[in-house]
Amino acid sequence: MTDSTSRPTRRRIPWDYLAVAPFVIFAVMFLFMPTLSLIGTAFTDRAGNFTFDNIGGLFTDQILAAYSISIRVSGASAILGALIGLAITLAIIRGRLPAPLRSAVMTFSGVASNFAGVPLAFAFIATLGRIGLVTIVLRDVFHLDLYRAGFSLFSFWGLTLTYLYFQIPLMMLTIAPAVDGLKKEWSEAAQMLGANQWQFWRYVGLPILWPSFLGTLSLLFANAFGAIATAWALTGSNLNIVTVLLYNQIRGDALQNPGLGAALALGMIVITSLANVIYLIVAKRAERWMK
Amino acid sequence: MKPNKFWAWLVFALGAAYFLVPLLATFIFSLRMRRNELSFDAYVSVFSDPRFYGTFGYSLAIGAVTIVVGVLVVVPAVYFVRLRMPWLRPVMEFVTLLPLIIPALVLVYGYIRLYNSSSIIPFTSSAFGTDILLTGAYVTLALPYMYRAVDNGMRTIDIGTLTEAAQIAGANQLQIIGQIILPNILVAILSGAFLTFAIVIGEFTIASLLNRPAFGPYLVGIGTNKAYEPAALAIISFIITWGAMGMINVLGRFAPRTSARTD
Amino acid sequence: MAAFLEVNNLTKTFGTTTVVKSVNFAFDKGEFISLLGPSGCGKTTILRMIAGFEHPTSGSIKVDGQDITGLKPNQRQLGMVFQAYALFPNLNVGDNIGFGLKIAGMPAEQRRARVDEMLKLIGLPGFEKRYPYEMSGGQQQRVALARAIAPRPRMLLLDEPLSALDAKIRVSLREEIRAIQLELGITTVFVTHDQEEALSISDRIVVMNNGNIEQLGAPHEIYNKPATRFVATFVGHLNTIEATVLDAAARTVAIDGQTVTVSALPASAASAAPISLTLRPEVLAVGPRDGNDITLTGTISDVTFLGSVIRLRVALGRNIISLDTFNDQRTAPPARNEPITISLASKDLLVL
Repeated sequence: MTDSTSRPTRRRIPWDYLAVAPFVIFAVMFLFMPTLSLIGTAFTDRAGNFTFDNIGGLFTDQILAAYSISIRVSGASAILGALIGLAITLAIIRGRLPAPLRSAVMTFSGVASNFAGVPLAFAFIATLGRIGLVTIVLRDVFHLDLYRAGFSLFSFWGLTLTYLYFQIPLMMLTIAPAVDGLKKEWSEAAQMLGANQWQFWRYVGLPILWPSFLGTLSLLFANAFGAIATAWALTGSNLNIVTVLLYNQIRGDALQNPGLGAALALGMIVITSLANVIYLIVAKRAERWMK
Repeated sequence: MKPNKFWAWLVFALGAAYFLVPLLATFIFSLRMRRNELSFDAYVSVFSDPRFYGTFGYSLAIGAVTIVVGVLVVVPAVYFVRLRMPWLRPVMEFVTLLPLIIPALVLVYGYIRLYNSSSIIPFTSSAFGTDILLTGAYVTLALPYMYRAVDNGMRTIDIGTLTEAAQIAGANQLQIIGQIILPNILVAILSGAFLTFAIVIGEFTIASLLNRPAFGPYLVGIGTNKAYEPAALAIISFIITWGAMGMINVLGRFAPRTSARTD
Repeated sequence: MAAFLEVNNLTKTFGTTTVVKSVNFAFDKGEFISLLGPSGCGKTTILRMIAGFEHPTSGSIKVDGQDITGLKPNQRQLGMVFQAYALFPNLNVGDNIGFGLKIAGMPAEQRRARVDEMLKLIGLPGFEKRYPYEMSGGQQQRVALARAIAPRPRMLLLDEPLSALDAKIRVSLREEIRAIQLELGITTVFVTHDQEEALSISDRIVVMNNGNIEQLGAPHEIYNKPATRFVATFVGHLNTIEATVLDAAARTVAIDGQTVTVSALPASAASAAPISLTLRPEVLAVGPRDGNDITLTGTISDVTFLGSVIRLRVALGRNIISLDTFNDQRTAPPARNEPITISLASKDLLVL
């Protein structure tokens, strides 16, 4: 580009734009257009006129309950996943556990964070389902009947427990660079100034990790909120979460109104975007000290 | 520092238990198909099902196409944006983050509505068209990971200097990309490829909504009809995922080390 | 007066390598002490043992009569400045300087006053709301100094605090550190590998090599009377001349065929044996000078113009020696390949 002005006689191929074109075309075809068309549908009635009825239609007990359970499962699995993931990461990196252990754990995290969907559901059914191995062992050996005690793999806590299997490793993978970025000298400087371990974490360590923590939290939330395969394979269409509801709608127009289905989808985008906006706002305050 | 280490080990042990018990339980469960003795019957049953090979092969093929398309879409864009249009970087970062915010389920719903048989581009009216749609969806799903892998790869090798050096040596644009840039970021691309593979191979939602005979929907079908085979399939899937991630780890050892500190 | 900082038989072993070998020293209150040596000589390990980050394999450390060997770092009441500043990035300058005071439970009002006082001391008044990333390296290191001395520690530890800075700032900040140290009268231990830094700033220097103390003394003693060959070469520039003993009794040696009488020879020196003589570049003069009893002739092989000083390389034959002479603004520097006569005093020739 720069030398096209110095040599105006020679025609140059506009490589720059040509090279970016596939990316742009792809993003438009498979990302923007489908999303925009859905948003359009959400505000259109059967006759093709603009309407808010579809949005209004979301406010039924069934749909609100579905959103509510989805938000709670995603929230719980994101918060627990983030806290537990941070604890394990700190234990491994700051607790100075042997280096080979660390690399093994990180490799395992890569696998576990991708071991989601249907196989994960199968594994938990085989473990904690009604005839799952751990369920049986607890019942026969320790006389603790999980299912009589009120636990069910196909409930809120069951789903949350299952989601943690990919949420915790995802947290570990994303937060590890930030924990690595905590310099040894910061802790030493704090000690020289009289601080104990807890005071160091209270005033320095955790505040530095906070923006990364929040960012990962919103990622984990969106990750769980949009998940369906695990829930589907675990519970079939029994659990009333919003992804299952939408899946049924796409499959067979279960809500018997395409506009309402689109509104349901729009609602999901709004919620995940909101999680990100909240993150951006909080992070902006927490990141004043960053470049 | 003794108490510190004790807590570290305790946290690690609890975490290890949570992650290893389900794997162990699933494995033992998968061996209990025959009454009163452990056997690999469930695995034999899985591997003797022709649909296992059919669907797995289909997903493998779609996965391969996804990786190729993903590389073609991402690599030139990242290269030229990094080199010539840095002002586009924030836009690219944002676009590649969108698939993490917009659920796959929502995207596929959009595809079905936008590219149905009565639209201008009726992808869904033929099997081939639907395959294209499925590939597009998977590329989108993998976009955040592919982008980051390639972007990291290009940052470590400092493409700006490499490009200038190649230009001074008289190379043209195609030679620069083909002979200088690509070989140097091959490891990064392959890492992204294996990650894509791990995401795509067992994907259920999109494949089932587009009615394609992929591995994910097949798994769900087995799950509703059989008792022990799902456990065996879970172990097999875990091993496949482990293989893909293991490849990334192995490749990481061949990655070029940072030659210049660019940040 | 009892020593303020006392280190007794301090030894540190990592695995099979001993990096500090039974080191002893004692210093008075208010002294500025440098630990000088090449990397890996054990100086940083000693500092980190004083700070409490490393535990001595054996030996003890006493500060103001109290044995602190078994204390945790946060119980030692010492201040420390690190090589890479180590300011807390999430806290502004005021909170960084006030951190130790806050931990000690000082009320906010008093804390603010102390922080203001510290900012004035380091010449950065009004900077309390800035974040570390908004400041230059030199400013950050001054804040780190203020943070270390704000809680009025018993002693200040400086771990190569200048090595991450630009040459100019390095010099100005070291003068500032020395001025502040003198003003507060705080006992300071300074670790550096830069001999010029150590010479310019210290009351006394501990020159270390391979975990041992090579020499301990005031800067001029270290420079003028190096106790070992290591000290002589590590501190300052040194010429080495290969000569041959002509007559051990008459103390005459031959330097590239020119006969010279030296003030002393080692007892082991025998006639016709080779011998190494050393001398500092600045003791040599161009032409004769009062008190110089040795004259040598040679050819200028290289001229380096350094500003106020001109460094000449003079080939006497096999030996090439460096010579420093002041720049004279009215005449041009000597040219390469010119013959030259140089002189020196025999007492300045060191036989090591």
